[in-house]
Amino acid sequence: MPLQSQLPAWAAVAPTLLLGLTALVLLIVDSIDPDSTRPTALAGISALGSVAALAVAGWFLLAGTGQTGTGGAIELYGGSIIVDGLSLFFTVIFASVAAMVSLASYDYLRDRTYQAEFYALVMLAATGMSLMGSSGSLATVFVSLELASLPSYALVAFLKNNRGSVEAGLKYFLVGAVSSAVFAFGISLVYAVTGSLLLSEVASTIGSAGDFVGIAGVGIVMIAGGFAFKTASVPFHFWAPEAYEGAPAPISAFLSSASKAAGFAVAFRVFAVAFPIDAVVPMGIDWPLLFAVLAVVTMTLGNFAAATQENVKRMLAYSSVGHAGYALIGLAALSGGGPNGAIMGASMAHLLVYGFMNTGAFLFIAMVEHWEVGRTFEDYNGLATQAPVACLAMTVFMFSLAGLPPFGGFLSKYALFYGAIQGGFWWLAAVGAINSALSLFYYSRVVKAMWIEDPSGSFDLGATPLGIYVAVLVAAVGTLVLLPAFGPVVETAQSAATALFA
Amino acid sequence: MIIEALIAVTFAASIAVLLAPDRVAGRLAAALSLLPVIGSLYMWSRFDATGNALMGGDIAFETMVPWLELGGYTLNWHVGVDGIGLPLVVLTTLLSTLAIVSAWTPIDDRQSQFYGLMLFMEANLLGVFTALDFFVWFVFWEAVLLPMYFLIGVWGGPRRKYAAIKFFVYTNIASLAMFIGFIALVFGLGDSVSSLDMPAIAQALRAGELGSLYGIPAATLQSVAFVAMFLGFAVKVPIVPFHTWLPDAHVEAPSPVSVMLAGVLLKMGTYALLRFNFTMMPETATAFAVPIALIAVISVIYGAMLALAQQDLKRIVAYSSVSSMGYVILGLIAYTTYGVGGATFQMIAHGLISGLMFMSVGVIYNATHTRMVGDMSGMADRMPVTTGILVAGAFGYMGLPLMAGFAGEFFIFKGAFESTVTGAMPLFTAAAMFGIVIVAGYLLFAMQRTLFGAFRLETDYEVGPAALHETVPLAILLVTIIVLGVAPDLFFGMIQDAVNPLLEFGGELA
Repeated sequence: MPLQSQLPAWAAVAPTLLLGLTALVLLIVDSIDPDSTRPTALAGISALGSVAALAVAGWFLLAGTGQTGTGGAIELYGGSIIVDGLSLFFTVIFASVAAMVSLASYDYLRDRTYQAEFYALVMLAATGMSLMGSSGSLATVFVSLELASLPSYALVAFLKNNRGSVEAGLKYFLVGAVSSAVFAFGISLVYAVTGSLLLSEVASTIGSAGDFVGIAGVGIVMIAGGFAFKTASVPFHFWAPEAYEGAPAPISAFLSSASKAAGFAVAFRVFAVAFPIDAVVPMGIDWPLLFAVLAVVTMTLGNFAAATQENVKRMLAYSSVGHAGYALIGLAALSGGGPNGAIMGASMAHLLVYGFMNTGAFLFIAMVEHWEVGRTFEDYNGLATQAPVACLAMTVFMFSLAGLPPFGGFLSKYALFYGAIQGGFWWLAAVGAINSALSLFYYSRVVKAMWIEDPSGSFDLGATPLGIYVAVLVAAVGTLVLLPAFGPVVETAQSAATALFA
Repeated sequence: MIIEALIAVTFAASIAVLLAPDRVAGRLAAALSLLPVIGSLYMWSRFDATGNALMGGDIAFETMVPWLELGGYTLNWHVGVDGIGLPLVVLTTLLSTLAIVSAWTPIDDRQSQFYGLMLFMEANLLGVFTALDFFVWFVFWEAVLLPMYFLIGVWGGPRRKYAAIKFFVYTNIASLAMFIGFIALVFGLGDSVSSLDMPAIAQALRAGELGSLYGIPAATLQSVAFVAMFLGFAVKVPIVPFHTWLPDAHVEAPSPVSVMLAGVLLKMGTYALLRFNFTMMPETATAFAVPIALIAVISVIYGAMLALAQQDLKRIVAYSSVSSMGYVILGLIAYTTYGVGGATFQMIAHGLISGLMFMSVGVIYNATHTRMVGDMSGMADRMPVTTGILVAGAFGYMGLPLMAGFAGEFFIFKGAFESTVTGAMPLFTAAAMFGIVIVAGYLLFAMQRTLFGAFRLETDYEVGPAALHETVPLAILLVTIIVLGVAPDLFFGMIQDAVNPLLEFGGELA
């Protein structure tokens, strides 16, 4: 039974609303009782709100809401907001990451002030991300992008007595502001050529751009630049290592997984819907080629930079740049008449798996920071003797990020490269596979330090931080379970992506 | 469902042991690992497969359920055993339990992690020998590497980090080469296969349905894929010149891990060669018969010579594995009932015998804290039972009749002599048989100097007989070796049944 026949159409954005409402509830709780810090209640509300959004998004996704089988995408506000398989799929990613991050922040924020604001900002950013996935017009894309970005700037600088955190926040903010400007200018150029901001109308008129092909091309490149910033892709990636390193570790997890996925959610929809390959490429605007170049450069640069780091958090930051490169294959390997849905769907599935394994890895770092162990590979030496289960989880993340079986990352990378080969871009898959093999070098360094090296000093870990611990275990179980459960995930993603190309 | 149960129980056991306190981990692991032993013996008693699993035979305990679909290819959870897979399953469960028990003495640090990893490895090994879908198989295949990496890297000797990384890098690159080779074949088959099911691919390849890919003609594609896969598996076997990771890994690994490495992990390579290269592409294999046979002979002779030159008991046994695996390759390339069947039988025999050898060397090391031949003498005085078992195992290695090693080698030589894949096979066989002389040479030489004569070992502690829990696994292995030597038909019948369908191809070698 199609859901939209039972519920009013606006109910389709319930997951997004739930995230936004949670933010408001957090602010209300704080304004009623501002002085006393209630870490349990705040983290609990935040986590519950995310789980509720996750549950509703998952239910909608399984029920087929907004998908081709039940009457197609649900459009609200004249098509400015679209709920379909793609938006629900990405909301599942954002909500899962937000839930894990909220859970982990409980211990991380202990004894800090402004806790309610922290959780509220996380929820607001998640709302923005969720809205990014549902954006059907360049205007909503811009607004939701800012809604996701502004809280993120504040969150990165949250440790306001920590120089690194404030510096990172400032850098992130400045680069973000510039790229927002570039992005807005790109939108205005596209609007100038097509006379519309609605993605579907842009698509129908851009083919007749005539003399304004050059302007449209510049506009599209500038829009691509805005996405490159949000997804931490080359050449707008250089804020990422600083911001991820300086930010509180749960926020690094949030930005490198959810925020990156949000950038891709919007990029997938905008480029697939608004700039159809069949119409745009013959005009000389070959954006898949642009993304192919970006993908190759991003993964290579990210991986090589990651390989030379001595600081684990920085290594992870650069490796997340590398992973943006893999996900870009979802745009780069598209072509007129190719198996585009399969390729983009594989990329989406990779982002879901990435949401678990990368969040888990950063949350493990949050736990290590909580223990005050240190940040370099050497500081991790022999950690497994003290915390075997947590280190086991970290091992799962590292090997999964490297793409080794039997973890979810293996299958998602396999599907991604496989899709690229099917689309005829075997060289893209080859570059990806080589990079992936290279990444094993630096990921296994963490594993080697934890398990094989002897401790360089004595550890005094203190009590186990329960919230982070649970979040890390949830992420580890998710990473493992996504191998056997990959079938429905990739099929859902691919059918959602295929709907974009219909 | 028994195969799923076997794998699941072993996985569950590994988690239970990992979470158990160190104090009880060893006992708990041994007790839990009896479950897969019982399961595999039950499978053996109820085994009813006929023919080869990849050649359209009836598969025992088969399950096939769709898992996921990617780009038009279905991936299935497809498991089952035939006469080739079942003996290896039994070998895996038996050797795992014995290796776990033999680890009680030497492993005194982070026990629960050690035994958890051993069981995790066992579960994946069971998957390797039962999976019939390439993808499932590959997941298990790669997953075996991870516990091995830790087992060497954490509990190994002084150069363990180097050995662990070397093992990991070598075998991973090999897997990648093999993976690319196989996927190229699947793509080359085009529309004639719609899944990564090993039987379906084997039959399509043998039916000659391979097409060209990206402008590469089918014949070239098949040769290139064959070589890529052969290299991938050759590293695992290992065959000269890809064997250099093996001595490092063996010497640094703790003895129980060496038992698993030599006893089961090396068999993954020969098993995969048999399943993929020799089953799916017999024409290409026979076209490459001369170089493959040459590599086999070189592995036999060169491995044995290297063993002869070693001073470390464990290194001697390690290099002898290179030599024994050379026999297996020789048997496989022979493409006769006795050749391929003998090679399969030899996998089991070598698993048991090399397990016995590594285990007894480990027992001696536990007592003396040295493995150098020059350091000890007259061990027979102090450890008579262990010495007796080690000598018996060595004779098994040399191919003494009524022991499993004899049966395996005899079948291989008989099969290789009869082989017609190339006119020079009798010559190669004769050359390989010379290896037996060297084997006898280095084993007798080493035992003469370490075990017999007057006791001489400079220690400040008493060297006495081994504990009961060290001796019992050795005794069980020795009994198994003798039983299989006396009655090879316990397994050889079902092996032959599974091997025979492989030999009928092209009408020339029927």
